[in-house]
Amino acid sequence: MSALLDVIGYERWILHALVWLPLAGMGLVLWLPRERAKHVAFWWSAALFALSLGLWWAFEAAPGFQMASSHPWIPGWGVAYALGVDGISIFMVLLTTFTTPVAILGSFNYIEKREKAFYALMLLLETGVLGVFLSLDLFLFYVFFELTLVPMYFIVGVWGGERRIYAAVKFFLYTALGSLLMLVAILYLYFRAEEALGAGSFHYAELLRVPLTLQEQLWLFSAFALAFAVKVPVFPLHTWLPDAHVEAPTPGSVILASVLLKMGTYGFVRFLLPLFPAAAQHPPVVTLMLALGVVGILYAAWVAAVQPDAKKLVAYTSVAHMGFVVLGIFALTLNGLQGALLVMVSHGISTGALFLLLGMLYERRHTRLIEDFGGLAAVAPWLATAFVITALASIGLPGTSGFVGEFMALLGAFETHPWFAGVATLGVIFAAYYMLPMVQRMFFNRLHESANRGVPDVSRREIAMLAPMIALMIWIGVHPAPLMRRMEPSVESLVSHVERSLPAAPSAPAVGD
Amino acid sequence: MSFPLGTVVALEGASGAAEATGFEPFLPGLVVLLPLLGFLANGALALAAGRRSADAVRAGGEWHLPETERPLTHTWPSLIGPGVLLAAFAVTLVNFVRMWGAELHEPVVIPYWTWLVTGTLEVAVAIQLDQLSMVMMLVVTGVGSLIHVFSVGYMRDDPGYPRYFTYLNLFVFFMLVLVMGASFPVMFVGWEGVGLCSYLLIGFWFRDREKADAGKKAFIVNRIGDVGFLLAMFLLFTTFGTLDFVPILERAPETLVYGGALVSAVTLFLLLGAAGKSAQIPLYVWLPDAMAGPTPVSALIHAATMVTAGVYMVARSSVLFALAPAGSLAVAGIGALTALFAATIALTQYDIKKVLAYSTVSQLGYMFLGVGVGAYTAGIFHLMTHAFFKALLFLGSGAVIHSMHHALHRTGRHLDAQDMRNMGGLARRMPVTWTTMWVGTLAIAGIWPLAGFFSKDEIIWYAGAAAGGPHASWYALFWMIALAAAALTAFYMTRMMLMTFHGGNRTGEEEARHLHEAPLTMSVPLVLLAAFSVFGGWINVPAALHDGWVGLFGALPMGEGLHHWLEPVVAAASEVRAEHVGAFHETAPLGGGELAWATFSTLLAAAVVAGTAAVASRWRIAPAAEAGEPTGGLRGLLYRKWYVDELYDHIIVRPVVATSRFLWRVVDAGIVDGIVNATGSVSRAFGLVGSVVQTGVLSTYAFVLTVGVVVVLAVMAL
Repeated sequence: MSALLDVIGYERWILHALVWLPLAGMGLVLWLPRERAKHVAFWWSAALFALSLGLWWAFEAAPGFQMASSHPWIPGWGVAYALGVDGISIFMVLLTTFTTPVAILGSFNYIEKREKAFYALMLLLETGVLGVFLSLDLFLFYVFFELTLVPMYFIVGVWGGERRIYAAVKFFLYTALGSLLMLVAILYLYFRAEEALGAGSFHYAELLRVPLTLQEQLWLFSAFALAFAVKVPVFPLHTWLPDAHVEAPTPGSVILASVLLKMGTYGFVRFLLPLFPAAAQHPPVVTLMLALGVVGILYAAWVAAVQPDAKKLVAYTSVAHMGFVVLGIFALTLNGLQGALLVMVSHGISTGALFLLLGMLYERRHTRLIEDFGGLAAVAPWLATAFVITALASIGLPGTSGFVGEFMALLGAFETHPWFAGVATLGVIFAAYYMLPMVQRMFFNRLHESANRGVPDVSRREIAMLAPMIALMIWIGVHPAPLMRRMEPSVESLVSHVERSLPAAPSAPAVGD
Repeated sequence: MSFPLGTVVALEGASGAAEATGFEPFLPGLVVLLPLLGFLANGALALAAGRRSADAVRAGGEWHLPETERPLTHTWPSLIGPGVLLAAFAVTLVNFVRMWGAELHEPVVIPYWTWLVTGTLEVAVAIQLDQLSMVMMLVVTGVGSLIHVFSVGYMRDDPGYPRYFTYLNLFVFFMLVLVMGASFPVMFVGWEGVGLCSYLLIGFWFRDREKADAGKKAFIVNRIGDVGFLLAMFLLFTTFGTLDFVPILERAPETLVYGGALVSAVTLFLLLGAAGKSAQIPLYVWLPDAMAGPTPVSALIHAATMVTAGVYMVARSSVLFALAPAGSLAVAGIGALTALFAATIALTQYDIKKVLAYSTVSQLGYMFLGVGVGAYTAGIFHLMTHAFFKALLFLGSGAVIHSMHHALHRTGRHLDAQDMRNMGGLARRMPVTWTTMWVGTLAIAGIWPLAGFFSKDEIIWYAGAAAGGPHASWYALFWMIALAAAALTAFYMTRMMLMTFHGGNRTGEEEARHLHEAPLTMSVPLVLLAAFSVFGGWINVPAALHDGWVGLFGALPMGEGLHHWLEPVVAAASEVRAEHVGAFHETAPLGGGELAWATFSTLLAAAVVAGTAAVASRWRIAPAAEAGEPTGGLRGLLYRKWYVDELYDHIIVRPVVATSRFLWRVVDAGIVDGIVNATGSVSRAFGLVGSVVQTGVLSTYAFVLTVGVVVVLAVMAL
């Protein structure tokens, strides 16, 4: 496989292709007639996924960025078009390329108006998200980070449910306001780079070398953290998410849960820890972040349990899952970070699948209320089977992807902060408490509504979406080592980079201030 | 904090040992693989059958199995389900013979692939073969095979037949992972996996809300215990840098301080996990409800195998418990208390499966008492014999219920087929079931020379013998509780037998004629289990008893086989105990040696059985419909199970749900989101951006964004 990839020069062009091909697909969708839109979008993104699979072989388990390239973009401002992939981003990239075609396939029956625009936006979104995960230049990163807002805003606002405008505006304002502060912080970093290094730069590698006082780090950390925390979302900044999920069309929910939330936690790992290591290890900051993670796990699970709306319930469980990620990240241990990355992957697959399944049920019954269902296992046994497996993966049953990540995140957190991890472990009970009653009320019990009697089981198209997702949940649960080995060198070097900076936090240079 | 090298070496060393002792990875792996293959095959059939049944339901009816020609989906499981189990049992026997020949002193660890790996942690998917896991493998596949065969007779008319065997095979797979896993995390995979299968099988008839509720309750209560298991793992990892059994248990005596806070915490967390899975106080409440599942499931999962996992776990970590006197005392105390408490509830129940369920909880209490006092072999011994006679009793009750169902189905009457008040006089109609169940009853009551006599007596004896060491008065109390619970056991079991099989029939004249003996697939397992219930105890008889009348002065073919077999596994714990506590006492708290007390306890049991039978002739039992529930007084209190479910409902379930609602409506929607909305920006921007959406002008947004960026940049520049 590697030989083949060498012959076609895979490593030289793949990252650029990943970022720009979706945009080309968008052009194609807009150019071709409306009836072809969904098929073109699906096959285009599926082909892109197939292309991205080469990364599995082309990527070596080694620290540092691979397949990296950098070209000046706005030279006067020191802005570069710089891309690269490492053990932290590779699975986010693959998750994105995998989820996009699945989500598009899941929208075939759901999207009935303005199809061209919808599929164009889905592909635009893919460009944005892949750009976020692959950018090595902070300005470029910010552009892509903001770019993702636009398609998502319209996907919710145009194709959403009854309160779509409210949800879309809330989503937009929340995330846009959060990221504006980050922009300020990025610009500040640029100017500090100019002072310290002689030339202003937005390049990640350069900015890592900028010495910052603890005071500066804390301010910048706060600005970045706020932007990312809104995206994650971290308690108490989470209330946009249930609204957005409930109103978003199925594919929107899938992409939102699978990859958009990960941009927040990815930002934590990629930028917060290495750029501001002293702040990230500042005891009050660590305590605050861990506490927010733990509160998120328990609080969101607790709230999820009594939601009458199935989509809202799953949305709250996302907040709880992201709590595990935050806990794992700020434990600042190898196990914790690896666990956090695995939860991100696993949550992307299992929660994405849950939203797909809920979407299928919505298409059949035009309701999201749990109480409207009941006894569906008798009429749709395959759908029920898929739902139960997915739900179990979501609540971290050992042998599924959900367990591996949660276990590692908790274990890693326990190494440095046993009390936080100990309390967070209670989340395991709460997961059963929110998930099993929903499963029972929708799929078990009597078929009390006659409308449910007519619910058809999954179609071939739906099987084609669910089967690979379920296969991944089990494969990652049983054999996660290939993923962990690819992540490890990058995580290891990240942890040592952060720890190295601790004993003597760099003091402010004499010049300037 | 980094032990990667040690782990790798341990793994390589283990595989080296595997080669040296002739255990190549294939045969042990095959034991686990076979039920998994059965699961996949039956699963495919179940999915196919599910589609057909769904079509019928969607058409407005129900799916009934055709009387004459059964579809393939309902014939193949009869072959596949029990077939893979029998094959797994055969392969286990081959492994057993090899292990016997190899005279192992060290566990054989066979790694298959790396599961979790970071710089500081490495967990392999690995099997540990040693004397303890072998005993468990034999019980799981052996008793499991018989219950699978029985299931063919019991479940073959159920529309969900292939689904049933799918779950049952999957259960055996996870149970084998649990007992064969070479590390805590792999064991945990089996641990939660069996919980999943238990959930699925309790709620097998998922359209019945009560049954689905029972499954959910089992899962959630078990997860409370699992938190303990997880925390114990975290503590062990931070202490040892590994989660594999061999290095942890080897290094524990030198690494952990005897009686220290760390090892006490680890063992108490493990106990929490064990109490969940093995239905001990305070987490026993799920098991009686679990009887909602098909009866063979109750026999396999909720009597013979899964619920004993907690006992296995304590025995597996025996060194840790030996190092933690407080943890061990807690195990023994919980066990003794549960043994008595559950027995009191069993006294008044009318549902035949409820009697057996509380009896199981009580007997599990004995096992906990055994491993808690440090008699690990005795605990495992009782686990084994209990698997025989309790599986027998559950299957027997299944045969009775099966027969009752058929009879009631014939006449179309709606009666509770499990209520013993509707039974009576079944002995004549079901002689095989009647005889074998009496064997099981005498065995569990502790009548010589049946299996339960030897195993239960040994636990009671060691509890008394432990009363010579530290915490003497506690152990003396446990000993007395165990004796009292033994008397209660003899009573409630005899009561159950008399109400079910003796006296006049109360089912109804018409129905009584349709009550019949179970088919061969069901009665053959009963007979085999009865044989094991008689002789199963003979493999672990101490010389003191063997030389006395119990072994008819050495003439009966008995021996200390199990004791010697398990010696290598418990040796390290025994050493720790010998060093810190000393040997077990030679006399019970009230004086007297083992033979004397064994004589006493079997006489006591015999007297209770005989006495109960004598007074029972005067009982007047009304059919359930006429009788009503017992209320008031001690009898009502016991019948209502001490109101523990109601108590939990009030102090735990309702407050948790109420908190959910409070957090959602008041905190989340009210405060957190209220602040967001109140900032006003949302409502003000509502009109502006809303119109943008409606006109669909993307450029307006781009313009707004650009203006925003420019403004920010301008601010920056100033």
